[in-house]
Amino acid sequence: MRFTWFNLMPWPYLPDDFREKHRSVWVDIPSRLYDPRKGHFVYHQYMDQLEYAETLGFDGIGCNEHHQNGYGLMPSPNLIAAGLARRTSRAAICVIGNSIAGYNPPIRVAEEFAMLDVISGGRLVAGFPVGTPMDTNFCYGQIPALTRDKYKEAHDLIMKAWAEDEPFAFDGKYNQLRWVNCWPKPIQKPHPPIYIPGGGSIETWDFCLDYDYNYSYLSFYGYLRGKSLLEGYWDRVAKRGKDDSPYRAAFAQIICVADTDAQAEELYAEHCLYFFNRCLHVFPPFADPPGYRTVNTIKYGALSQLRLEAQKLMQNLTWKQLVDERFIIAGSPETVRQQLEECITGLRIGHLFCLLHTGNMPDWKTRHSTKLFAEKVMPHLRHLWPEWKDDDRWWIQPMEERLRPEETRPGAEKAGLEWPQ
Amino acid sequence: MKVRTIETKRGTRCRVLEGGSGAPVVFFHGAGGLLTDNPFLDQLAARYHVFAPELPGYGESTGEDLLEDMLDFTLHGGDVVAALGLTKPHLVGHSMGGMIAAEMASIAPNDIGKLVLVAAAGLWIEEHPIPDIFALLPGQLVELLFQDPAKGELLLTGGADFSDMEVFKEFYLAQQRRLAMAGKILFPIPNRRVSKRLYRITAPTLILWGEGDRLIVPAYAERWAALIPGAAVGLVPDAAHMLPYEQPQAFVSAVSRFLG
Repeated sequence: MRFTWFNLMPWPYLPDDFREKHRSVWVDIPSRLYDPRKGHFVYHQYMDQLEYAETLGFDGIGCNEHHQNGYGLMPSPNLIAAGLARRTSRAAICVIGNSIAGYNPPIRVAEEFAMLDVISGGRLVAGFPVGTPMDTNFCYGQIPALTRDKYKEAHDLIMKAWAEDEPFAFDGKYNQLRWVNCWPKPIQKPHPPIYIPGGGSIETWDFCLDYDYNYSYLSFYGYLRGKSLLEGYWDRVAKRGKDDSPYRAAFAQIICVADTDAQAEELYAEHCLYFFNRCLHVFPPFADPPGYRTVNTIKYGALSQLRLEAQKLMQNLTWKQLVDERFIIAGSPETVRQQLEECITGLRIGHLFCLLHTGNMPDWKTRHSTKLFAEKVMPHLRHLWPEWKDDDRWWIQPMEERLRPEETRPGAEKAGLEWPQ
Repeated sequence: MKVRTIETKRGTRCRVLEGGSGAPVVFFHGAGGLLTDNPFLDQLAARYHVFAPELPGYGESTGEDLLEDMLDFTLHGGDVVAALGLTKPHLVGHSMGGMIAAEMASIAPNDIGKLVLVAAAGLWIEEHPIPDIFALLPGQLVELLFQDPAKGELLLTGGADFSDMEVFKEFYLAQQRRLAMAGKILFPIPNRRVSKRLYRITAPTLILWGEGDRLIVPAYAERWAALIPGAAVGLVPDAAHMLPYEQPQAFVSAVSRFLG
């Protein structure tokens, strides 16, 4: 079982009356609510936390891409990842990921991901989301009905750019490039592990299975609600005749650990409610522009029901609801361990994205929860999926001889006066 | 009006309402499609041979994947005219349909008779940004489209009972499909640079607008008129964006006066 410490990087200063005064945390959130001078400290604190997670033994550290978003301060996750690549040496750097339908030309992603893989010594996990409608359509102007088609083309271009050894011409519908010649190339061959984050579109399952990519279901509504969707995915895996390695799937879960269940509420309730009440306050039409979801996905209905149900719940959320409905997994190490085991085995996932920073949680609480998780929860869940313990098809293959920041002059001795041979 | 289905050379299948006799008039609907009742079409059919084709992705019309960009939509308009066997028909385009008709008249100026643009989309004036129809709550759309939202609600839904979940689902799916198609030329900003081509129009042109249009405000009527050589402007009182549905009589008499 693998654990990645993930920070969404929310803006922690949304006002108390945010819900009443503003219609959306995303797309048209007033930019005057952002204060760059405070932002300086926020970025550093969040990046420090990601680095701290590596020292506690997390397998990966993760970031993602959002635009014009009060709960995701990473329009460019690659910048965050570049910082992490220099200050860490062991953990996978999971960029989940770049919304490739919005890049023009998407070869930029092939280049930047290659740079990250090279700087980190082969530690990049490369995520290719179709992108949320908020990001890809409303912020980045892509046409909803053509987004999937454009995504597929961007994917084909990036993968070919990594695979080909000679320059080639790419005559796409959305991208025409006479000279594609990715320089540099990633260390990991044939390419870094590819994760496809999905929000509930059933087309994404087949896409993952066509190429044997990891399917990451990113939801903030917990494993009880994720279950029917993951079941749909595993049905599809079986129908396609693929093995059922749990490492084919990942799930994101908000987790809070304290010494006791009562203390968890005392320490974390306000920050979790901040997240659900303010950070997830999205103007509904931004989440569903016509054409973004295919008719098949709409008919499957999982997403829309989730949204309706979730929205109803969000009106007057309480800590008890968050815990009882398993939106979050919170409590003593033993409570968290039990519920997580249920989550992991119930969804059949080999990777867990642990959201241990939530909402406006201050640094000391984040570290407290993270440390308890690393020391008292994670070791007891490592043993899960023993029959698949050697399955590293969806994990990084770093180079052994890589530079490490803990050395006072990283690499000086190894490199010597000459360039390494 | 009777209903027929045509197949274009490209391979789309389109439902067409047809009625009347006389000079051929082709009506291109807006992003919401033809509504259940279209009394202005019946009234036009008293004087003209009226055709109202539905775009692929609307109602029973199929082949929407074959149309991706503005040029596809424009040529599709020409393909429909050809499939109907018409020569130099008058074009009347409403909202998104006006955008398509204006493109057709710019690209193939000799293929049409007269041109009527009704509350046409296709231009962008920085001082008058058009509301984002892809980011609206259902109630907000009605407010933007109609002078009288209560009446508008009835017109839009055709009186369907949305407390019945199945009825609502069907309407929702159809609406998603329609606007997915419309988004190809209207999202994120309904401007595919027709303004660069309008100088080519030779057809006598009438620009018709509802005085109370809140979606595409009447300032746009003036802009169209400034860009199309010799175009005339007509403003209709007590009407908003859905002018043909809101004031069918005034609409038909203005169009008839112009077409002759």
